[in-house]
This record gives sequence, C-alpha cells and structure tokens, in this order.
Amino acid sequence: MTDTWIILGASSTIAKAFTRSVAEAGAHVILAGRRMDDLEASAADASARGAVGATPVAFDARDPETFQPILDAAVRTGGTINCAVFVGSMPSQDDINDDPALVDGTIADSFTGPARFLQMLAPLMSEQGSGSIVGVGSVAGDRGRVGNYVYGAAKAGFATYLSGLRNQLGRSGVHVLTVKPGPVDTVMTQGLGDQPFMTTADAVVADIHKALSKKRNTLYTKWIWWPVMTVIKLIPEPIFKKMSI
Amino acid sequence: MTDQKTTEYAGWGRALRANGRLVRPNTQSEIDINAPAIGNRRSYGDAALNTGGTVQELTQLDRIIAFDRSAGLLTVEAGITLGELTRVLAPQGWLPTVLPGTGFATVGGAISMDVHGKNHHHVGSFCQHVTSITLIQGEKTRTITPKSGGIWKATCGGLGQTGIIVQATLQLSQARGDMMLVSEQRATDWDHHIALLDGSDAPYTVGWIDATATGDRLGRGIVEEGEICRGLKPKARRSKKIPFNAPHLALSSPIVRAFNALYYRRVPKSGRTVVRPINDFFFPLDKIHNWNKLYGKRGFHQFQCVVPLDQYGVLRQMMEMVAGSGLASPLAVLKRMGAGLNGESAGYMSFPMEGYTLAIDFPNRPAARDLIAKLETLALKANGRIYLAKDALSTGVAIKSMYADHPKWAAVTAKADPHKHLQTDMTRRLDLRT
Repeated sequence: MTDTWIILGASSTIAKAFTRSVAEAGAHVILAGRRMDDLEASAADASARGAVGATPVAFDARDPETFQPILDAAVRTGGTINCAVFVGSMPSQDDINDDPALVDGTIADSFTGPARFLQMLAPLMSEQGSGSIVGVGSVAGDRGRVGNYVYGAAKAGFATYLSGLRNQLGRSGVHVLTVKPGPVDTVMTQGLGDQPFMTTADAVVADIHKALSKKRNTLYTKWIWWPVMTVIKLIPEPIFKKMSI
Repeated sequence: MTDQKTTEYAGWGRALRANGRLVRPNTQSEIDINAPAIGNRRSYGDAALNTGGTVQELTQLDRIIAFDRSAGLLTVEAGITLGELTRVLAPQGWLPTVLPGTGFATVGGAISMDVHGKNHHHVGSFCQHVTSITLIQGEKTRTITPKSGGIWKATCGGLGQTGIIVQATLQLSQARGDMMLVSEQRATDWDHHIALLDGSDAPYTVGWIDATATGDRLGRGIVEEGEICRGLKPKARRSKKIPFNAPHLALSSPIVRAFNALYYRRVPKSGRTVVRPINDFFFPLDKIHNWNKLYGKRGFHQFQCVVPLDQYGVLRQMMEMVAGSGLASPLAVLKRMGAGLNGESAGYMSFPMEGYTLAIDFPNRPAARDLIAKLETLALKANGRIYLAKDALSTGVAIKSMYADHPKWAAVTAKADPHKHLQTDMTRRLDLRT
C-alpha cells in the first residue's frame, strides 16, 4: 500500500524539503497550510517529482474548523496515513513583550493547534496500526531562555504532548518521532563562512528519514545539539537566570 | 527576509567581493521589485554582486510548476538548479537540452548568461530551448516568448537587466538513460586537438587541455565524446567539501605540471571508452563542493573567450603565452562551438558564437591579471569575445566592441528598467547600461 503523508505547515522550508523526499518515494501528499496558491504550486512540484497524488488543503492552526477536511482528504487516498507537523510561529520576544496578546497565537500555532489536530488523527492511526507521526519541536523548548521563552514554552508543551502521544500510540504500532532542530540555514549565515551548528533543510530531512527507519524517539539535528542542550539543561537555575544565551 | 544587516559575499571566483544586503525571498510575493535577482552565485566575477545595495537570491523559488510529459515541456520557478532538474528528470526519460559545466547554476542564472554546454555544436545555447519567460518589471508581471522581439533578445543572456526572471518554460530533450558512454582520446598537440574537435560528431564533445605543456606538446590534452545510454547506476557518492582555503603551494606550477602529466596519461595512448553517471560527465567538479577554495583566500579568475573558426591560430598564440607563463591551473577547456540553433544566437549579449572557445583558470595574482589583459586584447583583435559569466577584469570599451548588439540591448534595458534598479557591480564596472 502506498504511503499518504499529511504535511501540516507545508509552506515552510523544511516542510518543502520533506514533501519532496516523500514525493520522490511515490507517496500521496496532503499539503496543508494557509496560502492556497503556494500549496497548489507545491502540489504541482510534488506530482512532477513522482508523488502518486498531491492534494492542497486549507489549514489554520488557530481554526479547528479546518482540521476535519484534512483527515477526510487523507482517508480518501486509501493509503497508509502518516503525518508530519511543521507548523509554528516565532514572533520576537521583544514584540511579545510589547504586545502580550501575541502569546495566544504563538502557543496556538506551535502547540495547541497541532496537538488538537493530532488528537483527532490518533484514533485513525491507532486503528490503522501502523504509520508514523513526525513532530517538529525545537531545541528552544529544552529550557526557557530570555531570548524566546514564549516560543520555547510552546515547543516544550508540544514535546511533552508528543511524548505522551508516543506512549499511547506505540501500543498499537504507530511510531511518533520528536524532532528538535537547532538553527536551520538562513540567508544571513550563507555569506562566506560556514556557521557552527547550522544545518540545512535537506540535512534535517535526511536525518528525519534516518531516525524514522531506526524508530528513534527524539532526534536532535544537528546531533551536536543533544550534548549542547544536555549541558544547558544541567546549569543550575540560580546561575542560569543570570545568563543570556 | 526583512533583516537589514549587510554581509560580505563574493562571486564564484572569490576575487571580487561585495558588501550589501543578501536576501532570500521565500515566495514570489516577497520579491522586492527594486533590487536585482541572483541565482546560486556561480558566475565567477561580479555579475551577481551589488555593492551597497540589495541582491535577492531566488534559490527558494525552486518548484516545478508544470510538466507536460508528452511534449517534454517543463515550467519551473527560476531558482531551481539544473543539477536538481537533471536528478529529477533523467529517471523519467528527460533532460534539460543544454547543461553547463556546473549543476549548481539556476534556471534564472542560465537564462541571464545564456549558458552553453558540451553539445553546443548541435543544439545551440540554453535560451534556444526556452519557450517562455515570466518577468517582474516594476509593478507588472509579464510573460515573454521568442516572438516577443527585442525584449526576448535582451533577456536571453541579458544579465538580469530586463526584469526579475521568476519562471520559465523549457523544452526538454528525451534522454535514453541516465548514464553516459564516454570515449576519451589523447590529443598529442595543438593541431591534433583542433582536428579531433573538428572531426567529432558525437552529441557531446569537449577537450581538456594541458595548459602547462610547451614546445611539441603545446595544446595536448584529452578529447571526450559522450553519448547518453542506459546502464546500471552506481551508488551515489556524497559530495566532498574543501574544508579550508588551500595554501598557495597547492596550485603552484610544478604541482600543476605534475598533475596534468598524470591526468593526460590516465587515458591510454589508444584511447578508451568508459561509462559514467551523467552527472559526473556534465558536472565533473560538482562532486567537490567548494572547489573554489582550492585557490586560497585571494580567489581566482577564469579567462574564457571564443574566436571565429578561422582564428584558431590566435588561440594557439594564446596557449603559447599561457603555457609559457607557468600560471595556469589544471582547469583548462577547449571546445568547438556551433553557429547556434538555425545559425542565430539567442540574445543580443549572448556569448556563444561559431568558433573555438578556450577557458582557463588562473590564481588571482598580478601576473595572472596582466596575462588575462593580454589574452583579452588578442581575443578582441581576432573578432572574438569574452564570456561575462566568467569576467572580473575586462573594461566596458572592450566588451562593447566585442558585443556588436550591445546598443540594442542597452536601449531595451533602458525601457524595461528605467530607474536602473537592477544594476549590478558588473553592469556598473563595464558601464553596460549606457
């Protein structure tokens, strides 16, 4: 049976690279996101690269009304359902300090929206008894830091949610992978020199596939973030509260 | 995207650098209509630089928009690379008709430089297989075709000065497989080399030239002829990276001389035939990711000219100067170019014309710059021209006399981009927009 991949937040850079990888392997992709014109272009791209089907659907993490049609579209493909979550928003901490209302949207985009969607998906996957869920968090969720702790808190909540979902769905043969990327290549870092610990969307996607095939539970990418964050997590709070890293 | 910090960046040759904003729009709607667009910065000089201003790298606009598999018509966003297209299309039986020497070039860049490949003698240049281009010109977005007249001829090979190229439709060629059957022969000297290139009717032909060989061996090299075939695909190997800037010694004269002698002898006297993955044939250097770092921090230059067929004696004279200088690198290429599809060139500023083209890399040193200036003068006298995708050293006067249609190009670009928002360091250095 062919794989069906629901891609939540399909317009993000990592999602685009992930979509291509599963399209080239002949999957059916359900591209869920807010910008329909962009999703339609991505669907054409997926088809040209070998996807057996590519369906753009509207998705807004803050609007649960949009969730059910995505599940329906996935069921209609008849394939083994898998889901990869790439949604999230990261307003700067300064902006949030100026406008505390931004907290709600940040948490909805990065945590409560995708969690509610996955909660609706869980029974389908459980019944199916196979398939994978890839949830993209962030190393920012490992400890609340002065620079982006609202985003970090949302990702921490999502990581804890995924941990519980793994515990539940693992019993019926569904695998849940939590991905914690460090910073991913942006334009300012691609001038002349290579930045330490910076990675690219394609490298993250290659790591995700490797982790899926080994049924890993948590993936730090680049791997160096695992020891780095382990050390950061070990710093005693009285000291950490005076640091700005 | 909205980050306003400036950054230092360079062309592929790393000899010319710019300080300015380098931004990377994620979607077409994020494009700034008032700043030049660039691709993957595989032009050697300053064609993709904009000191003090902004350049927009369109590599995130890299989707396939439509693929008509029966006609081989492919519409893509301009930032997709030719290597990526080759990887996706070859297993489906298609290939971009023209592929330059690096797969890292983008479709937008290939159009702006009207690049050519090892099959130029049969099929002409890149833009001769483009059927439509979508340009953003100020507030307007328009799609042009070869029937659009002057704007088309000013866009093909037009250095991105007629508008921001956001999409294009390519006429692909059918490919019988994704392997290349390559026959390699030694060319023992200059005349033999030219004779082998003249006599080749293979779909793809190129000559590697030992630019350190002098005397009787002047012009010796290896002529490669390729034909696409089907075969077992060896496992893909990871690309290697040059981790740091190499010391000057790495490409010093005795080392290059020794390397070239070995490289020449690699092919037996009687020649040989080998099967290679097509990517290795089209993009031989892409396997070493940052090979430009081999030239150290100061960077390097590539001289590439084309001269009319009857001027091959001038080319020989150039080879003598290069071989005698002890400055050349192992990378030197000789190729016979055809007259272009239907005997025409695609654009006003297109480089390809019927004749022989010679390309040689030099480390960025004063002696090499002087030599390149002399080579350019010879090319100009021989009614030849130099390739703007490679140039970092020429002058506006020389370029304008090499490209006879420059005034037509300047007139169209003046209308298409009246406020000169799309200027680059190259168009300013060569004073091309006047």
